[in-house]
Amino acid sequence: MTTLTINGQQKSFDAPADMPLLWVLRDVLGMTGTKFGCGIAQCGACTVHIDGKPVRSCMLPVGAVRDRAITTIEGVGATPIGARVQKAWLDLEVVQCGYCQSGQIMSATALLATTPNPDDSDIDAAMAGNICRCGTYVRIRAAIKRAASERQS
Amino acid sequence: MAVTRNDLEGVSRRAVLVGGAASGFLFAFHLPARAVNEPVQPPDRTDGRFAPNAFIRIDRSGTTTLIMPQVEMGQGVYTSISMVLAEELDADFAQVAVAHAPPNDKLYANPIFGIQVTGNSNSVRAFWKPLRTAGATARAMLVQAAAQQWQVDPAGCSTANGRVIHAAGGRSLAYGDLADAASRLPPPKDVALKDPEKFVLIGQPLKRIDTPDKVNGKAVYGIDAMLPGMKFATLGACPVFGGKVGAVDDRAALKIPGVRQVIVLDDLVAVVGDHMWAARKGLDALVVTWDEGANAHLSSNDIWEDLRAASRKDGVVARSAGDVAKGLAEGDRFEASYELPFLAHATMEPLNCTVHLTPDSCEIWTGSQVIARAQSAAAKAAGLPVEKVTANNHLLGGGFGRRLEPDMVVAAVRIAKHVDGPVKVVWTREEDIQHDIYRPVYRDTIAASLSNGRIVGWKYRIAGSSVIARWLPPAFQKGIDIDAVDSAVDIPYDIPNFSAEYVRAEPPAVPTGFWRGVGPNNNVFAIESFIDELARKAGKDPVVFRRDMLDKNPRMLAALNLAAERSNWGQPLPARIGRGVCVQPSFASFIATVVEAEVDEQGEVYLHRVTSAVDTGIAVNPDTIRAQLEGGLIFGLTAALYGEITIENGRVKQSNFNDYRMLRIDQAPKIDIHLIKSGEPPGGIGETGATAGPPALRNAIYAATRVALRRLPIDRSLIAVGNRS
Ligand code: FES
Ligand code: FES
Repeated sequence: MTTLTINGQQKSFDAPADMPLLWVLRDVLGMTGTKFGCGIAQCGACTVHIDGKPVRSCMLPVGAVRDRAITTIEGVGATPIGARVQKAWLDLEVVQCGYCQSGQIMSATALLATTPNPDDSDIDAAMAGNICRCGTYVRIRAAIKRAASERQS
Repeated sequence: MAVTRNDLEGVSRRAVLVGGAASGFLFAFHLPARAVNEPVQPPDRTDGRFAPNAFIRIDRSGTTTLIMPQVEMGQGVYTSISMVLAEELDADFAQVAVAHAPPNDKLYANPIFGIQVTGNSNSVRAFWKPLRTAGATARAMLVQAAAQQWQVDPAGCSTANGRVIHAAGGRSLAYGDLADAASRLPPPKDVALKDPEKFVLIGQPLKRIDTPDKVNGKAVYGIDAMLPGMKFATLGACPVFGGKVGAVDDRAALKIPGVRQVIVLDDLVAVVGDHMWAARKGLDALVVTWDEGANAHLSSNDIWEDLRAASRKDGVVARSAGDVAKGLAEGDRFEASYELPFLAHATMEPLNCTVHLTPDSCEIWTGSQVIARAQSAAAKAAGLPVEKVTANNHLLGGGFGRRLEPDMVVAAVRIAKHVDGPVKVVWTREEDIQHDIYRPVYRDTIAASLSNGRIVGWKYRIAGSSVIARWLPPAFQKGIDIDAVDSAVDIPYDIPNFSAEYVRAEPPAVPTGFWRGVGPNNNVFAIESFIDELARKAGKDPVVFRRDMLDKNPRMLAALNLAAERSNWGQPLPARIGRGVCVQPSFASFIATVVEAEVDEQGEVYLHRVTSAVDTGIAVNPDTIRAQLEGGLIFGLTAALYGEITIENGRVKQSNFNDYRMLRIDQAPKIDIHLIKSGEPPGGIGETGATAGPPALRNAIYAATRVALRRLPIDRSLIAVGNRS
């Protein structure tokens, strides 16, 4: 039996230690907000936070998580930065099909937590691991800047 | 507002009951097993619900549920369709809920195709009139019901925000309060539609209905279906096209914890487990010997040689004007050929389908652009009559044409036949890319002659696979694929002697399908690349050259002029930076695009800026139009920079995003979209950016390097310094 802290809640389940966190979330716990896109850390759809840092859950063995705090898209709105990012995403209507956007929002929230006023190159560095097949990049960039500026206002 | 899952059976039944059983169709009434993570929804009540047609239902509380005949795959269509319906209905938009349509080729047929399909950027075009009429009819019935209750002349009543108002009597009633009475009335014939000047919703950049649940993890895609007791499976199809399974050693796979079952079918193997991880590990542990069959040595080179040979033959003329032989004999003659590669769709949501099969029923959960076809494909694969199959559609994590095919449903049902209880079948990204139904390879040849700086003769031959012949056979007539020649027969320029012809050339073994931009993708690339080359031969600026041939096409000309102005066309740029232009009247929208790009000494390409000006007729939701163009441009530019599926030894070489690359945010250009106000009927928009990006970029590179690229994706070695052609 493994116990993890996900979005502030303790969850216990049975899973092999080498099983990536992505599949624990989706298939064992039924938390389907975190998405599968590639399985090889190339697309960012599966991004979650471990102790606030963005991690590709498709390559993270659940056994390596231990007692660190996991935040997923289902819980990120409870943090002030996450809520601001979600709001900016809706204000600027970033989303198209939406399949990549859980991962985009998790990466953007983690960026703003460490870099409250990111410039274009900060955004490039933090977000280049997240593919959007619908091509919403222009709005993602604008929404990150908007979420950053709303902190000041 | 929430997107509910198939709100369903009641809709169809009710539509039959109330709207008249004209089709005589019967919808089998299954109560589907509730997927545990899908929004809980009260059971459909047919009592007291006003359901005047297949699209609208209003219950007593006033909730207006709109049934979406087109699927939401990111293009914002749930919002656009709701806006069109709500506009004529005068609904309170804040009280509108939307539901996925159940499979039904009669009630939800796309008027352009005649079947239930979302594609070809025609949702708003095709449904513009039917939805407006549906909304206006419902509105008239509600007005009639109120007028009867008040015993007044309906002409003295008005509607707004979900209420009927009788101003003279100082009274009003909410639509919900009129639902019962309205359902007892016969629908009127020939209702008047609103004067577009009076639109209150259409034309506004309203917020999308589907996006709030897409930023918090709540949105449910096909891949998210979760059923009590379900198992998870993944598959490996024979890597060689047309090949079969030879022998399978499953001993190691079955030892993996969580693996339940190995299924061997004639052309694929699948592993079923307690979760995707077990299934995936199991698949990797299988030792499979494939019977590779006739295509074991097929390569891209063979396919290109065949296509080049085919493209030298005469084709079937799809359209001609004037005397093309005479036109070509005048002035200076030029000829060029352009080639486009196979492409995978790589929707962000990998292929998937969940199936629960019992001896006498089948239920599927998936995301499809053709849900009725998915239902019948499932029935055929299950060996059941179609009314025994319940098909639950979902939000799509990208479609781009991939989900116009039901192959994933067929494979999942074949697998489910061997599984006890529900099973979710998820493709790995590698399987998704290596077993796509690919955008065909094309080779287009254009010959043209120039006289006094104008084109006087134009002979355009397209050679490539016919997707239409397979996908919609009745539409394939006299050897002409209407999609493959779509923008070739409809070029924007005034050319006196003209012909466009088509050579059907099917690649051996490789399945071909629609891909965002469809036929115009190929046509516009060839036409606009060649136009740039002709402009240079004529010694004219590319914008001026085009402008001079657009005198009879004012909408196209206006878009070109605006794009040129906003992109600073003509202003000097540093060395190895260029601007390229593309104009296209495709999908009934008029779009001019300018790409500004830089080519470094090694031939690497940097996208600086894209400017598009678009006249898409009445803009239902202008923000959605911008978003679709932005995204479409990135989609097309991705293909131009990276997209190519190659075949070696009968196998697709690419496998995942490491070798089938996508444009990323750090390479994305600045994009400016300028909408031209128009009162014309709405045009299509979802695919137009994908069509515009590649030729505009190719022409920017031509301007920056003077190298005339004639093939995609862009070959960096040809545009590195020292490689001028
Ligand atoms: S699924 Fe993890 S990065 Fe793509
Ligand atoms: S919104 Fe569709 S992949 Fe990003």
